[in-house]
Amino acid sequence: MSAAFAPGTRIRVKDDWPERRGPCHIRTPHYLRGREGVIQAVLGEFPNPEDLAFARPAPRRPLYHVLFEQPPVWAEGESGDSLLVEIFEHWLEPATPSQEAA
Amino acid sequence: MSAPARPESLALLDKFVAALAARGLVTEQEIAERQASTDRASPEIGARMVARAWLDDSYRRLLLTNGAAAAERMGVSMAGAPPLGVLENRPGLHHLVVCTLCSCYPRAVLGYPPHWYKSFEYRARAVREPRAVLAEWGTALPPGTQVRVVDSTADYRWMVLPMRPAGTEGWSEDQLTAIVTRDALVGVALPQLPVAAAAE
Amino acid sequence: MSDAPTDARPIGIHDLGGASRYRCSPVERDEAPPDEFGKRVDAIRQILAQKGLMTVDELRRGIESIPEAEYFALTYYERWLTSISTIMVEKGVIPAEELR
Repeated sequence: MSAAFAPGTRIRVKDDWPERRGPCHIRTPHYLRGREGVIQAVLGEFPNPEDLAFARPAPRRPLYHVLFEQPPVWAEGESGDSLLVEIFEHWLEPATPSQEAA
Repeated sequence: MSAPARPESLALLDKFVAALAARGLVTEQEIAERQASTDRASPEIGARMVARAWLDDSYRRLLLTNGAAAAERMGVSMAGAPPLGVLENRPGLHHLVVCTLCSCYPRAVLGYPPHWYKSFEYRARAVREPRAVLAEWGTALPPGTQVRVVDSTADYRWMVLPMRPAGTEGWSEDQLTAIVTRDALVGVALPQLPVAAAAE
Repeated sequence: MSDAPTDARPIGIHDLGGASRYRCSPVERDEAPPDEFGKRVDAIRQILAQKGLMTVDELRRGIESIPEAEYFALTYYERWLTSISTIMVEKGVIPAEELR
């Protein structure tokens, strides 16, 4: 499995809430769901923690370092400040201009 | 303040160890050895890595591209440890590390995380109002510096490579190591010159 | 944005980034290393992982499953102990009776 997103690609974190569907273990913080960011680095491939947490077979997934602007996330803060967070590929989708405008 | 464990927790721990020991899964000797090896890791390891990076550009490049290999060069065994990522502060950019979901911390090179790093307050606030948290530490960044909060959510563990302060020209690795605190390696503080040296 | 859990955004108790209830609480600068209880729990957790009996991900999942009232009443390493002992029972490594 190779990384689908290259550094510099604009992505969106899926606005998904597996917490609604039952017991789960999620490493994508709530505050980034639905947010747009930019791929900063491909960090490698790691077994999916969502499976490891339940002792299930855990396929390896690409992991990225993703950069977000801080003020849009909290509607406060200083322009230029940012958040850099590890996010697995299955939580990312391409950011599309049409969605951005919506 | 980190409160002591309650009596019922102490009792549970004893029963838990007895249940594991009865099945040959742990021994007191293993626990003692593991505890001793965990106790050996301290922020001085990370501090020395930073000092060496300040003095040796090839080591600095290794530190930034393969933190685990850079730690191994210091005699730290990274076998079984999570990958170590190192983030370089530079003029205009300051990194601050937090783990909002639990308490991920580069233990191999910094030792046990301090209580405050694991606290609900730090985890909640560092990611949202990092400048207020820095102010609580008395950390003043140069004007125009952007703050980049690193939320340690997955398989890496992150350490900050601070900028070498002015006034340390000609210093030895030992002297430089002494001014790199754990707080500077997490990003809540900057390396400070001792008052006497700063006054010269 | 709202950082309060809702039915549409059921934020886990451990998912603390930005939580408003801590906005006005200073970070208490406790630098003390873990006490003997904490170090012992920490060491046992590492041994169980090294022996392939549980992953750090299972530790976290166990912590996140602690009911809210208990989660906030327990200390850090009490949460760890609750998690690892529950998971060892759940996986059939040790019987629950021996922990009572």
